[in-house]
Amino acid sequence: MFSNRPITPSSLSIKDLPWQILWDKDKCTLCGQCTAVCPVNTIELGVFRQREPQVSLEPGEITSNQHTFYYGIRQKTDPAYRCVGCAMCTMVCPNDAIIPAKSDEVDKLKFHLDRGGQPWRRGGRRNVAGGVLDQIKFIRISMLTDPALDAGRHEFAITSLLGRILPPEENIRFVSENGWIPPVREIYPLIIGGMSFGALSPTMWEGLQLGVAYLNEELAMPVRICTGEGGCPPRLLRSRFLKYVILQIASGYFGWDEIIHAIPEMKTDPCAIEIKYGQGAKPGDGGLLMWYKVNKLIAAIRGVPSGVSLPSPPTHQTQYSIEESVAKMIQSMYMAWGFRVPVYPKISGTSTALAVLNNLTRNPYAASLAIDGEDGGTGAAYNVSMNHMGHPIATNIRDCYLNLVTVGKQNEIPLFAGGGVGKSGNMAANAAALIMLGASGVQVGKYIMQAAAGCLGSESDRCNICNIGLCPKGITSQDPRLYRRLDVDQVAQRIVDVFLGFDTELRKIFAPLGRSTSLPIGMSDALGISDYNAAERLNIKYVV
Amino acid sequence: MCRLIAITSDDPISPMVALEALDVMREGHDGSGVGLLLRDLGGPFEQIKDAPILSGIFSDRGLKRLDRYMIDIGFMTKYKVTLKVPKTPPEGVPKRDMYLVRAYEYPEEWDDFSPEQLQARLLQIRLELRKMGEEKNDMIVFSFWPDTIMIKEIGDPLEVAEYLQLDRKSLDARVIMAQGRQNTNYEIDLYACHPFFIQGFSTMTNGENTAFFPISRFLTSRNFPGYTGYQSDSEVFTHILHYTFSALGLDLETYKHVITPLENEDLKDHPSGEFLKHLKQSCRKLIIDGPNCVIGCLPDNSIFMVQDRKKLRPGVAGGRRGLFAFASEVCGLDFAIPYRDKSRDFQPMYLDTVSVGPDRQEVKICSQTDPLPLRH
Ligand code: SF4
Ligand code: SF4
Repeated sequence: MFSNRPITPSSLSIKDLPWQILWDKDKCTLCGQCTAVCPVNTIELGVFRQREPQVSLEPGEITSNQHTFYYGIRQKTDPAYRCVGCAMCTMVCPNDAIIPAKSDEVDKLKFHLDRGGQPWRRGGRRNVAGGVLDQIKFIRISMLTDPALDAGRHEFAITSLLGRILPPEENIRFVSENGWIPPVREIYPLIIGGMSFGALSPTMWEGLQLGVAYLNEELAMPVRICTGEGGCPPRLLRSRFLKYVILQIASGYFGWDEIIHAIPEMKTDPCAIEIKYGQGAKPGDGGLLMWYKVNKLIAAIRGVPSGVSLPSPPTHQTQYSIEESVAKMIQSMYMAWGFRVPVYPKISGTSTALAVLNNLTRNPYAASLAIDGEDGGTGAAYNVSMNHMGHPIATNIRDCYLNLVTVGKQNEIPLFAGGGVGKSGNMAANAAALIMLGASGVQVGKYIMQAAAGCLGSESDRCNICNIGLCPKGITSQDPRLYRRLDVDQVAQRIVDVFLGFDTELRKIFAPLGRSTSLPIGMSDALGISDYNAAERLNIKYVV
Repeated sequence: MCRLIAITSDDPISPMVALEALDVMREGHDGSGVGLLLRDLGGPFEQIKDAPILSGIFSDRGLKRLDRYMIDIGFMTKYKVTLKVPKTPPEGVPKRDMYLVRAYEYPEEWDDFSPEQLQARLLQIRLELRKMGEEKNDMIVFSFWPDTIMIKEIGDPLEVAEYLQLDRKSLDARVIMAQGRQNTNYEIDLYACHPFFIQGFSTMTNGENTAFFPISRFLTSRNFPGYTGYQSDSEVFTHILHYTFSALGLDLETYKHVITPLENEDLKDHPSGEFLKHLKQSCRKLIIDGPNCVIGCLPDNSIFMVQDRKKLRPGVAGGRRGLFAFASEVCGLDFAIPYRDKSRDFQPMYLDTVSVGPDRQEVKICSQTDPLPLRH
């Protein structure tokens, strides 16, 4: 831009952007790989002109200018082409000549991301690092009467129950009277949360399923994965691996035509049905799959035409109220599988979670309650929903669990927690903290993408362009040129690594606490935190 | 780690046998406290088997309040053992005004009560007395139940026994449970002392139950008035036993399945696997996390011993027809029953429940992999 040009309100300099590309002329070989890989075309080949004044100290000789030029990288400042800091350019550069650097101050770009009146939408998580889960410590170490256990050699029962569990008196009576006992699944307490076929690329989805199957069949870890709202590929529906899958139904009912038609041909029942009423990343808002991700395959599985945007309504439209909807949906889903499959709702973290829970406790079919806290991730949402809407998971789970304890139903309706588990990389510690606060298990999505597929997204708004189908890692893209970057088998292998590593870490937490024979759900006497108010609120020990 | 002994004998014996056996095993306890349960009493109590006996420690003021309270609800003293103690207690034993063992006559209006009503009321009175005592710090109540005496005190078991002169005929009993305490707190609360007792069920334990907190919350939320206290993590063993029998209508064989259920693999092959799977799931909150050795006694005066799954706590059963004992260590058993066929001593492992019935014929061994007795 020339200095005498009029500037527009949205004229930004590189300094105003969140990410600045540092490029080293000496190292660059001008191979062009960075410009080719950049998912958002931020960088382009630039021709730079330089003036070199020719100054002579000899009297009488005239001073002249010589102009040279060099080729290099130019960073665009147009908000539509802003650098997202993914550092794919760094990754492909043979000479390490280029790297994005985070701006040293709050960027000005965010004030201009609403061109055409369209607010900023993105993937990822709430742009705030850390959280209360990371601060919780496990303080009750067995040091006295009994020694701590050996995490490597002891037998550990690290499984949880998903399903409505009857009170012992009733259960015993029903067994002897041959009454109907709700189906209960014994599962691994770390569930891969709902990420749809569509939001995820086919390679990512297949890799996840393959990894889960391996964990179950080869390592005897009953890991379960939820489909998210996008249906389920027909071959999986008719395979024996369906038992490792939690089918999700949400307000768009995507894929359910296919699922219902497949029921007579199913070799096995699915693990469970999750009715999604809300999610942590965009509470009170529906799915947001845009047309450019809806290719033929996705359209076929979801039962829609291809190339159309698929925004789901915020809530299920067929009933008057949530209470009624929950009750009716739960019942019809039970009916569909002959009362053999647990059905439970998932809601976003909210201050009204207790009311939902109270409704469920009175519904003898409700198999559990999953709550997704404000730190949950997504493939697409409005930035404002992600950053400002929702309830933190720790207090939500705690309140619900303590409420169940008060009414004596703490073993009857398992609670599952999600939303920011492993946000800072501490998945086992976060999961253990939530379990001891009262969760029967946790759901994770984003961590799995990061650990199993190398997702680059972060809470300092790195990458997070999952919504536009240009995922540089091929995780959330439907473009074969991108998703073939992801190798199915390697994703599967990473899934196995992640679960095995998690399992060992969990033992390393449980063993010193002297717990091995059952999952320490609600063992809050083992928890401490150095934040007095948080300790009071969570009803755990204040320690400094 | 504490030391435990339970003795069951056709002929009433002195509690001193158990306390001396504890002394033999003293390497395992530090003499910081002793708890004693006597049932199936001999001596004068033999004649009044149905009369509820109140056991506890009272200050003079507390005793007055007790008398007033009992008279108000219509209970008359029928018989009492007066434990007159020397002026100065041995070192480490607190000075108390009165150790009370007193049998009462039921009020007349209780005559029409069903056994359940009666049991519920007895429990309620004990809890009320305990609450009164805690308010003014003038009474500690251990049990209020027919044919049952409990004595607990801080200090070395033998010294306490001599101080209280427990070697007296009136305290002879056919079932004796005793625990020598390994102290873990300086401020010892006698309510944290084993054995624990509720409506005829009693247990004592060594080891630590790390799953105590969620278990105790689960029991509390059963809304049964007796499920309170929990000054010790071991009290839940007694209450789980009570819950298993009273609320669930199950038996001793199944108690072990409640506290330490089998792994799923083993359940698949178990003849009662389906029932046990449901039990495991619905009683998940009662699964203990030991290591623990639990010794206890049932309302019918059977005694039993179970180990938890991890089997890190010692325990041995042995004896001869008419006289059996369960002890933490063989030396304790040797002291209590020197003449027995030692080759038949049995150390229960992680699947076993051993018991001796009220007929005292044999040590019955039940493995968790055995079929359960038929339920009706
Ligand atoms: S960091 Fe990513 S978005 Fe930025 S220039 Fe490099 S490749 Fe493009
Ligand atoms: S790497 Fe892919 S999945 Fe991860 S934040 Fe970027 S676009 Fe989203």
